[in-house]
Amino acid sequence: MPEPTRPLHLAVALDRVGTYDAGAYVRAARLAERGRLDFVTLGDSFGPPRRGAGRLDAVGVLARVAPVTERIGLVPTVTTTHTEPFHVSSSLATLDWVSRGRAGWTVAVSLGEDEARHFGRRPAPTAEAAWREADAVADVVARLWDSWEDDAEIRDVATGRFVDRDKLHYVDFQGPGFGVRGPSIVPRPPQGHPVIAVEAGAGPSREAAARHADVVFVRAEHAGDARRVRAVRDDLRRRARDNGRDLAGGGRIVVLASLPVALYAAADAVALADLVGDWYADGVADGFHFRPRDPDRDLALLVDGTVPVLQHRGLLRAFYPGGTLREHLCLPRPANRYAFAKETA
Amino acid sequence: MTPPQAPRRMHLAAHFPGVNNTTVWAVPPAGPTTTPAGGAARRPPHFGSQIDFASFEHLARVAERGLFDFFFLAEGLRLREHKGRIHDLDVVGRPESLTVLAALAAVTERLGLAATVSATFNEPYELARRLASLDHLSGGRAAWNVVTSSDAFTGENFRRGGYLQHAERYARAAEFVATARELWDSWTPEGVPRPFAHHGRHFRVSGEFDVPRPPQGHPVVIQAGDSGEGREFAAAAADVVFSRHGTLDEGRAFFADVKRRLAAYGRAPGDLKIMPGVTHVLGDTAAEAQERAAEIRRQQVSPQTALLTLEQVWGRDLSSYDPDGPLPAVDPDPGGEVSHGRVRHHDRLAVAARWRALSEAKGLSIRQTVIETTGRQSFIGTPRQVADEMARFVAAEAADGFILVPHLTPGGLDEFVDRVVPLLQERGAFRTEYSGPTLRDHLGLARPRERT
Repeated sequence: MPEPTRPLHLAVALDRVGTYDAGAYVRAARLAERGRLDFVTLGDSFGPPRRGAGRLDAVGVLARVAPVTERIGLVPTVTTTHTEPFHVSSSLATLDWVSRGRAGWTVAVSLGEDEARHFGRRPAPTAEAAWREADAVADVVARLWDSWEDDAEIRDVATGRFVDRDKLHYVDFQGPGFGVRGPSIVPRPPQGHPVIAVEAGAGPSREAAARHADVVFVRAEHAGDARRVRAVRDDLRRRARDNGRDLAGGGRIVVLASLPVALYAAADAVALADLVGDWYADGVADGFHFRPRDPDRDLALLVDGTVPVLQHRGLLRAFYPGGTLREHLCLPRPANRYAFAKETA
Repeated sequence: MTPPQAPRRMHLAAHFPGVNNTTVWAVPPAGPTTTPAGGAARRPPHFGSQIDFASFEHLARVAERGLFDFFFLAEGLRLREHKGRIHDLDVVGRPESLTVLAALAAVTERLGLAATVSATFNEPYELARRLASLDHLSGGRAAWNVVTSSDAFTGENFRRGGYLQHAERYARAAEFVATARELWDSWTPEGVPRPFAHHGRHFRVSGEFDVPRPPQGHPVVIQAGDSGEGREFAAAAADVVFSRHGTLDEGRAFFADVKRRLAAYGRAPGDLKIMPGVTHVLGDTAAEAQERAAEIRRQQVSPQTALLTLEQVWGRDLSSYDPDGPLPAVDPDPGGEVSHGRVRHHDRLAVAARWRALSEAKGLSIRQTVIETTGRQSFIGTPRQVADEMARFVAAEAADGFILVPHLTPGGLDEFVDRVVPLLQERGAFRTEYSGPTLRDHLGLARPRERT
């Protein structure tokens, strides 16, 4: 099999409402890992059950999956509207520790009045206000991840010091309606920063994506959406450059077309491989995020049908070249802003 | 000899040795050592990371091999400070509890998983949901140690800032727990969500919870405060008390007091388990155990830690003093504040007077005085002596069981599980197998009734 010249990135959503048993999530994640996908996602919100079906906390589910998988990335949605930024930072850093560098975070907001009533602390915000806050939360969360330098733990017996406190940093962040002093309670995660993902819609989420996201999901519903996806991708790259991001280096953005899939037979799996190959050849996206209609049926055909075809055509790698999610996505490990600031001071 | 007729069975839990002044992170370099009596080479205690998942996995697996009731994680929401700088002498930093426990659910099958989570810096809907999720993901093994916080110091990391008067903290915590129980009870036994509405002094929330009733009905609730309000809160709302009374007499007094409070809430003495946090040191002989205990105390109290401890009592900077020299002649500053994020000494002058008297009577240096007055291990002896002593505490109603606080990561439980647990089992003081899958089964606690 030829090796791909540039990586094609694939991810799959594990969402399955009404499933409260860890086993189903573990089986699906292992299957996706067998297909050498870059990562799995799991959505979340503080909304009410839908049609009688609830769901579990996404970070908890993927933490439960972490020790029984080895390579696949684990990307839960965590919303920023009603949670404490400090807790968001700690739980995602911890997911990165328990998965040994495979954590990501899909940033999302809560716009519903029903979610606001579950907390009873403030009315539902507008989309603009919620994303302005999400932008600030993403900022402070990354600062908290940097608030420990990688080599802060010294265990120096002679002086009795466990850490070098000059390598721990207050973040002293002021956001809209919140402040965080720092440092984080959790040492810097293995990846430096877990991978940040945003689903870029038409509205204010797109600017947040251009500023913070390593991975951007662009929703497509059918094959005719290729032009629109590419337009969003171009727009994101332009905005990112305007924000001073170096797209060829540390500021790389991986744009994934997020597609619903329903695979009933082997022929459907091959047809999906054709679509992936076409879009990829045309430069529509850097890869795909599949949203199975029936998680059990579709994922099996995806892994045993679509993936081998893509590998055979030399579009998809047959092994994981690295151990962390950043390595799968060819994203560099970010420098620590506080260490860097000290060096240049 | 006491006749071994069906003694009360004890409960055992293990505390992760992390951010704690008992954790020894600086032991001599690894290498074979021999016992003072010239016995067989003993494997050196291996010291590992307090952040790597492997350490948590090792301790949890050993605890489960020992048939422990649960594994316990503490919480920190702000790094501790001393004299305005981050405290650097103990272990610093830890992962977030609920996420670690969800991961541990994958590598254990029966062990209960207890997270300490603040009721001050969280909201009921979110935390009830995370706890219910852990209970589902672990098949009914979740526990929540409810703590409260009153200091604006920790509050600087949170939206709310979070300053509450002491009594108000418990009022909010009690309402928080009650609200969480309403959410856990909101689905019907048939698995249909029902609306909830709670309008109280601290929370006004309504809607629909999106997680079905947890396998245990409610996760086990643990309480760890020792004040009058804390005891009352435990009697009203907790399943387990993590107490601090390590001596037999103090333990019996605490046990009687807390159990006595249960009746007012329509609860029986067995509905609340009292489990003091304890430390242990084993040796092949009693003398060897004592020697090891003294050595561990020296490791726990470095010269730097001795001075820092003294500064906390004195409320002033004492960095110019020699830790191997005498106690300072200067008196404590009753209003001095040198540390944040730690328990404070309330009666400084009295503590200082006691320490001075001891130091003068025995000719002890600063470091020796601190070693002598703080944190002596609870159970020191041969495995048989330790097993006997623990069983005696339970028989005398000084405890329903114990939360062991090992001093080494990750090997700190190995020896206890290998050498003491079999002796406890032999005398019928501890289980020989798990009787059921859930933590409530291990603790002998009933599943809370469904609400209709």
